[in-house]
Amino acid sequence: MKHIVVIGGGIAGMETACALTDAGHWVTVIEKEEQVGGKLNKWSYLFPDFTPADKILDALLEKHSEKDFSILSQTEVLSVNRQNNKFNIETSGKQKLEADAVVVATGYELFDASRKEEYGYKIYDHVITSADLEKLLLPDGDLSVAAGQNPKRIAFVHCVGSRDEKSGNHYCSKVCCITGVKQAIELKKRLPEAEIYCFYMDLRMYGKNFEELYREAQEKYDIQFIRGRLSEASEKIDKSLLIKSEDTLSGRPLKMNVDLLVLLVGMEAGKGTAKAAAACSIGCEESGFLRTSDPFLMSNFSEQEGIFLAGSCTAPMSVNDTILHARSAAQEVNNWLKKNN
Amino acid sequence: MKREGKIQVWQDYQKDIADDHYFYVRSCIRQNFFPGSEQTFLKILRRELNKDIYENPHHTSCSGIGYHSDIVPFDTIQTIVARQFALMTEAGYQNLAVSCITSFGIYNEIIETWKEFPSELEKVRSLLKKATGREFEIPQNVAHASDIIYKFRDKIASIGENRLVNQKTGKPLKIVEHIGCHYSKMFPSKGVGGAEFPHVLVGMIESWGGEVVDYPERRHCCGFGFRQYLVMSNRGYSVSNSRKKFESMEPYKPDAILCNCPGCPMFLDRWQYVIQEMEGKTYGENGQGIPVLTYEEMAGLVLGYDPWNMGMQMHQTNVEPLLDKMGIHYDTDLKYAGKDGKLIGKPKMVSCGC
Repeated sequence: MKHIVVIGGGIAGMETACALTDAGHWVTVIEKEEQVGGKLNKWSYLFPDFTPADKILDALLEKHSEKDFSILSQTEVLSVNRQNNKFNIETSGKQKLEADAVVVATGYELFDASRKEEYGYKIYDHVITSADLEKLLLPDGDLSVAAGQNPKRIAFVHCVGSRDEKSGNHYCSKVCCITGVKQAIELKKRLPEAEIYCFYMDLRMYGKNFEELYREAQEKYDIQFIRGRLSEASEKIDKSLLIKSEDTLSGRPLKMNVDLLVLLVGMEAGKGTAKAAAACSIGCEESGFLRTSDPFLMSNFSEQEGIFLAGSCTAPMSVNDTILHARSAAQEVNNWLKKNN
Repeated sequence: MKREGKIQVWQDYQKDIADDHYFYVRSCIRQNFFPGSEQTFLKILRRELNKDIYENPHHTSCSGIGYHSDIVPFDTIQTIVARQFALMTEAGYQNLAVSCITSFGIYNEIIETWKEFPSELEKVRSLLKKATGREFEIPQNVAHASDIIYKFRDKIASIGENRLVNQKTGKPLKIVEHIGCHYSKMFPSKGVGGAEFPHVLVGMIESWGGEVVDYPERRHCCGFGFRQYLVMSNRGYSVSNSRKKFESMEPYKPDAILCNCPGCPMFLDRWQYVIQEMEGKTYGENGQGIPVLTYEEMAGLVLGYDPWNMGMQMHQTNVEPLLDKMGIHYDTDLKYAGKDGKLIGKPKMVSCGC
C-alpha cells in the first residue's frame, strides 16, 4: 500500500484524499486549522443556484468520514525531502512521515481589503467585505446599519484586490463577479426596498448559468450595474458613506451616498501556499499561486516529480472547479504511482 | 470610525526623518502668503530644538509651478534640482528639509526618476557641470518641513505654553487637517501615514491636545490645482473646489484648518472671504470664518509665540476666534504694527468674519 501525504484539508485536499483512498492508497491529510473544510466553512450560499454551503460541505465531509484516512489537524508541514523515491516529511507536531507522493492543496487566502486604504475597510463602520456579508446572509444575520434601520442604498465594488496594480495582483480572481451578483440578489430578497448598485470593470460570467443569473439580477431584481471603479469612499457624519467613481459608459463622474459598501475581495495564494512551496521546493507564478508543469495537460503536476497540486493553490477557482481539479489530481497521483512502481 | 484601522495604516507608512543637520530649501510663494511661517520654523528648530539647519541664499525656486503648468521642461527642472543638491553638497549637508509641498513632490519625483532611469541622472550631471561647473550628491534623507515638526511634536508639546483645548469648555479643539496633494499622493511611502489617511498633521494636532475632524471631502483638492488658479478664467473652478470642502466640513463645526502646503492655506483662507462676498456665507461660528493655519504657525502658538510676530495678521480669515478659544493673549492694537512698533496700515478690505 502506498502512502500519500496531502497538505491542506480544505475541499481540494479532502476530495483528493477521498479519491486516493478509494483507489486503495493510505492517505494522511495535514491541516493547519482545527477543522477541515477550509473556506467553505465560512460561506453561507453558493452561486449560481444559492445552494446552502453547509449542504455541500456536509455531503463532502460525510463521504470523507466513510473513508479510512488520517487527518493531522492544527499541524503544519515544516519540510519535505526526497530520498530514494520516498518523501520524508517533518511537521510542526514533531511527526516524521514517509510518503510515496505528496499533494499540495493549500488553497487560497482572501485579499485583505484594508490594503485598499481608499475604501476605508476596518476604518469606516459600514464598509464590509463579501466574506463578512456572507455571514450576514444567514437567516439570523443582522443587516441593520443603525438601531432598527436597514440599509436603503447598498453598493458593491468588484475587483477589490484583483486586476489591480496597486495591490500587486494583476490576475482575475474569477469568482468575485458572480459572487457579487449572487449576494446582490440575496440582499434584494431580504431588503426589497433597498437600491443596489454594482461598480464593475468587466463582468466575467464564465460559468454555467452565470450569465443567466446576471440577467435575472437586472431584470427581476432591478440591480444597477455601473461600469466604473471606485476612487474613494469617505464616512459622513451620520456614518453613511460618500463614494466617488466614474460611470465610464456615460463618461461622467459620479458621487453617491450609500448606507452599506460591500467590497468583493479576490483570492490570493497566501502564506500557507508560500510555506508549502518552500518546504517542497516547488515554484510559484508571479501571482504567488503554484506553478504547474503545463497549463493544458499537466495542471496537477508541480515541477518536482512526485509532488502534485490540487485546487485553488494553483489559481483562483470556484467550489465545483476545485472539486474537479482535486479528483483529477488523485487520478494523476494514482497513474504516476502505478507507472513508477 | 474605527481608530484602530487608522493606526494600522499609520504604522504601515512610517518614514525615516533625519534627526539633525538639515539643508533648508524655501518655498517661492509662502513668504508672500504666510510671511512668518518659514522664519517660525527656523526659530523652532534652532532655539527650541537646538538643531543645525542651514540655508544658502543662492538657492532658487525649484520651478515646480512652472513644471506643473507645462512651461518648464523636465530636463530644465532636473538641472535646477541638481543645482540645489550641489549647493547642499558644497555646504557639507546630506539631509534635505523642504518647505514647500510642490518642491517636496518634485525632489521625490526626480530622485525616483534617477533611480529608475540612471541615464537621466548622468545626463543631468553633465548638464549641470557644463552650465555651472558644479557637482552634486543625491540627499540621503528628504523630509518635508512638516515631517520634522511631526518628528519633534511631543517635544514641542512638552515645552509649549498653550494647548489645542478650548479654555472655556476644557474640550479639545476640533481641527480639520489638509495635506497638500504632492505630499504623498504621488509617493505614499514618502509621507508619514501614506496618502489616504496621512498622519503628519494628525500627529501634531493630537500631540498638542486637539481632536482631528475627518470629513467626507478631506482628500479633495484645496482648490489650487495649479491651472485651476493660474489660468484666470479657471478661478471659478478653484473657488468651487474650496467651497466643496467647506460645505463638507461645516457640519463638524471645526475650530481651525491646519495645512502643510504653500497653496492650500492660501486658498482655504482667501476663498472663505471670497465666498462671503459672493454668497454672504461663512463657515465658522457666529458668522465668522474658520481660521486656517500653517503647521509652523500652529506650533508657534503652542510654543507661546506672538501671533502677530508670526505674520498671522496677514490671514484673510481672522485668527482671533481660535486665539480666544486657546486663551492666547494678543494685543489688538499691535495687529498691524511693524517690527519697530509703527503701524504698517490696516487693510482697506474687510476680512472674513469681521
